[in-house]
Amino acid sequence: MTTTKTDAPVVAASNEPTDATEPAGSARSERLSALVQQHGALAVLVLVALVASFSFDSFATVDNFTNMATGSAFLAVVALGMTFVIVTGGIDLSVGSLFALGGVLAAWGSRHGTAVALLLPLAVCGLIGVVNGLLVARSRLAPFIVTLAAMLGARGLMLALTDEGANTYLVAKDSLFAELGQGSTLGLGNPVWITLALFAAGALVLRRTRFGQHVYAVGGNEDAAALMGAPVARTKILVYTLSGLLAGLAGALNAAWLASGVTILGNGMELDAISAVVIGGTLLTGGLGYVSGSLVGVLLLKVIQNVINQIGSLGSSYQLVVSGAFLALVVIAQTWLGRRRRLM
Amino acid sequence: MAEAALRTAPPDRARLLQWLQTYGVYAGVALLLVVNTVITPHFLSAENFRTQAVQVAPVVIVALGMALVIGTEGVDLSVGAVMALAASVTALYLGYGLLPALLAVALFAAGVGFANGALVAFVGVQPIVATLALMVGGRGLALVLLPQLEDLRNPQLASLGSGDVLGVPYLILIAAVLALLVAFVVRRTTFGRQLLAIGDSRPAAELAGLPVRRVLIVVYVVCALLAAVAGVLATARLQASDPTSLGNLMELSAITAVVVGGTPLTGGRVNIAGTVAGAVLIQLLTATLIKHDLPPSWTQIAQAVVIVCAVYAARGRGKR
Amino acid sequence: MAPPAEVLAVRGLSKTFPGVRALDDVELTVHAGEVHALIGENGAGKSTLIKLLTGVYRPDAGRITFQGREVSFGTPLEAQKAGISTIYQEVNLIPLLSVARNLFLGREPRTRLGLLDFARMHREADEILSTYGVRVDVRQSLRTLGVGAQQMVALARAVATDARVVVMDEPTSSLEPREVETLFSVIRRLRDQGIAVIYVSHRLDELYAVCSKVTVLRDGRRVHHGDLADLDRIDLVSTMLGRELGEVREEGQTKFSGDHQIADEQPVLSARELSARHRLHGVSLDVRPGEVVGLGGLLGSGRTETAKAISGSLQLSSGTVTVAGVPLRGGSTPAAIRAGVSLLPEDRKSEGIVPGLSVRENIALAVLPRLSRFGLVSESRVDAIVDTFMERLRIKASSPHQKVGELSGGNQQKVLLARWLAMNPKVLLLDEPTRGIDVGAKAEVQKLVDELAADGLGVLLISSDLEELIEGSDRVVVLKDGAVVGELTGDEVTEDRLMRTIAGETPPRDTDEEAVTHG
Repeated sequence: MTTTKTDAPVVAASNEPTDATEPAGSARSERLSALVQQHGALAVLVLVALVASFSFDSFATVDNFTNMATGSAFLAVVALGMTFVIVTGGIDLSVGSLFALGGVLAAWGSRHGTAVALLLPLAVCGLIGVVNGLLVARSRLAPFIVTLAAMLGARGLMLALTDEGANTYLVAKDSLFAELGQGSTLGLGNPVWITLALFAAGALVLRRTRFGQHVYAVGGNEDAAALMGAPVARTKILVYTLSGLLAGLAGALNAAWLASGVTILGNGMELDAISAVVIGGTLLTGGLGYVSGSLVGVLLLKVIQNVINQIGSLGSSYQLVVSGAFLALVVIAQTWLGRRRRLM
Repeated sequence: MAEAALRTAPPDRARLLQWLQTYGVYAGVALLLVVNTVITPHFLSAENFRTQAVQVAPVVIVALGMALVIGTEGVDLSVGAVMALAASVTALYLGYGLLPALLAVALFAAGVGFANGALVAFVGVQPIVATLALMVGGRGLALVLLPQLEDLRNPQLASLGSGDVLGVPYLILIAAVLALLVAFVVRRTTFGRQLLAIGDSRPAAELAGLPVRRVLIVVYVVCALLAAVAGVLATARLQASDPTSLGNLMELSAITAVVVGGTPLTGGRVNIAGTVAGAVLIQLLTATLIKHDLPPSWTQIAQAVVIVCAVYAARGRGKR
Repeated sequence: MAPPAEVLAVRGLSKTFPGVRALDDVELTVHAGEVHALIGENGAGKSTLIKLLTGVYRPDAGRITFQGREVSFGTPLEAQKAGISTIYQEVNLIPLLSVARNLFLGREPRTRLGLLDFARMHREADEILSTYGVRVDVRQSLRTLGVGAQQMVALARAVATDARVVVMDEPTSSLEPREVETLFSVIRRLRDQGIAVIYVSHRLDELYAVCSKVTVLRDGRRVHHGDLADLDRIDLVSTMLGRELGEVREEGQTKFSGDHQIADEQPVLSARELSARHRLHGVSLDVRPGEVVGLGGLLGSGRTETAKAISGSLQLSSGTVTVAGVPLRGGSTPAAIRAGVSLLPEDRKSEGIVPGLSVRENIALAVLPRLSRFGLVSESRVDAIVDTFMERLRIKASSPHQKVGELSGGNQQKVLLARWLAMNPKVLLLDEPTRGIDVGAKAEVQKLVDELAADGLGVLLISSDLEELIEGSDRVVVLKDGAVVGELTGDEVTEDRLMRTIAGETPPRDTDEEAVTHG
């Protein structure tokens, strides 16, 4: 050991690799917490489904499952976009209004053909998404206030298009567009297939492309991401645009399914979408999240809703109470897990 | 940058922006008053002002609580649901008399506020999400308690809604008194200063030994109580309890009033006078559109634009 | 050998911000394979210069020539792509992403389908990091690594982008000594590869250890440049400060007087067997009135945690804290403050000051309940306290109503001290009280600590600056891995002994028993 005063500790230590990871015990609990965070929702889903199958005869039937699948599809598409937004650390409260607006635009557009019925809601909702993104990314306004304003504005626009909600546009029967929502392939409704395809694409984009890396990076540490060369503003604009597009598409599919542009839909949908995403293990603070988790989250919400319906004696108001309480519980659980893993 | 701040001589544009942020809302109110005087028939009448003031009073009361919450760098989306809950509970307990009903309302509201505050202060959930949960759950609870609109026949409640002192309706008096009270609390009490310090830098406030959790919980409880007051007053004016639609989008109106009034969303500052003016501004704007036969959808779009403009103008003030 | 090529040249660079001329006609020349020290006091313009070089700001006037071509970078990314990489003071990576993803963000290897090639990414990340002495699972998230390893990842990332110039802005501020040495060996390797390094640091030892050239900035102007070897420490300091040589020599390196009169043998602060999960393992220490006890140790040794545990802001699993004979219950900051404990936190900007509030509000923040009746604040009593402390601590602000966020670091620190002194504390816990504040303010703060101890306060001093720790403390308690490993008293308080104790050498037997009791 050398004895010069500055070298002593240095020489002693520099042979060891610079590795200061945590002790083994905490690594194990970290893995466990990570597992619970990522797959907890799936476990709960399986559990609830099992209990429900034994408790209600009408639960575990093919009809009920296909209905639930179709019923989940629209929310799932919205939640997919919300996942991207939340992973960047943002939030999009405008999706419910965009869903309704998308439905009205699609129903109105279906008179001019399937292409218009699909492209018009995508164009308008995508544009509102772009505006959200620009205001958040370029003007650096808080996402919740921007999208809250967009929620109001989009609902206003939707009401203006429908004579203050008095006018409901119908989708022509037997049109290709109606088939998109109402038809089924291999026993599952078309919206379900579309949703599955979108989720597969979404998972691929988030996990395996540079854009996906940027989404994680922006949510993980925005300043660092910018310094590391990630296009922060572009990424944010894209995720809000994506969220707008998907909300509009979900609205359009829903209109095709219902055969009309119902104006009273989408209220509180942002809450369901946020709940689903958070249940699925995506951190509300950003930087960590799973597309597959959001799908599980949507299914879990729908199963619970289905169970409440099966009980029968509970009115729809109870659903609101349960949704609110459920969100609170999930967020508490997530915060607790996150704190254990020191993610926050 | 210390020197920069000491010898600041801001260019005219910065000064204009500063002026707009502080006084823009008053200028806006003045502008709308002038424009309406010219283009709207019968605008300059005591009756019209009275109507406008009565309509804006609940928004002002809710916005006062919202201003406090935003001052702590939070937000409370559950205020509309609390109004609905107040309406339900009033209807439910009015049979025992007005005072017991009001006490029950206060208890329910304090419960919601406490839940919000506990989620934010103890669990550490972001305020948007915590209060979103209570917004949905609270509205659900209101509907569970009272599934549909119910007419209320109680003379005391009726006089609360439509009575007046020397021609000034109770509603306006209550809103004014509450505004003064909240302004006083913010300026002159330890609670007010602690609230601002927490909003500006929560870690620093914690290490300075401030009772951060207590202050946060009190803030959310106060916000819920103020929303409940607004809910009761609105119910009294309607003489009916309407948990389905009462307070819908109220969170948005209140946030708009606060932000337009010059309170930054980043916390650490609360402008009560501005908040009142902000509520008045939105009210006048709505009234103008309605008086000129523009449909409600236009009002919503206009309000959305006003919010974005206000937040845009206030941008960067919270940061240095 | 041919003279090394000029890789970066800055000519006549100026930048003005509203109300202040940050850089005025500055020149800087950096050659390939040179480690160039860039120094100056806070506010001298170092950060501004770096930000101009790396495209964060655009210059008002002047030219930047990089590898023979005039350049103008719009963003840090452009600068990075051109070959100027920057390592920032705090590790600027993304903790939730894996090590490999952090290393490759923005230039990930892709398969033919355009998807990310994780297999190749992990393999290459492993190879690159092993040359930096970092052996970790590159798939795990970055946050599980120690600060030093994270810094190495940042460095590897910067160099891997084919950088010709690497700018390091106080890279060692959160490193342990052994990690500093690893960093230095990497810097030397970069130098040998012909890469130029611009090295910004306040630590003179480091400059003399790795740098060959120096550029000194003062008030936005270049006041000296040349070989570092031509300038001894005192010259360097006097050039930085713009003060006379004799003045600097006379005042010495720190403002501490050294020994204090320790009047009372009864400790005012007594911590016994403090333990907190994963962080502290039975730390015990005493502070007597009038005594300055230093807390030595490496980063992560538990110094900050000890201070936070005493002040009640870190939850203890066991152990007791006694202040002036009264035991403190539970981990409660307000209770500790009531008992007379005051903590000046390490992270002044985010845990200390309330930036948007005025100097006045900040000073009165903690003492407010005492100046109030029934929750109503007495403005006149607040004014009296604020005036007293602004004068006593010589706080420089345009008025008591100026926002604290606008003050210089030194004045912010004084405002924090005032906040605590207004509480009439018995014990002051100072966590890195002079970090990141300029030399003048540093001296004032050090002098003040001395005065406070002389007034009978018990002071616990944490500092990474060994000189400050040694000259300022009467006694130094040394921590390692959350436990006390030694204690130096009286003549033992020397740099040599401190380093050995930190390194974990057993002190020679002839010393005081106390020094080894905790070892």
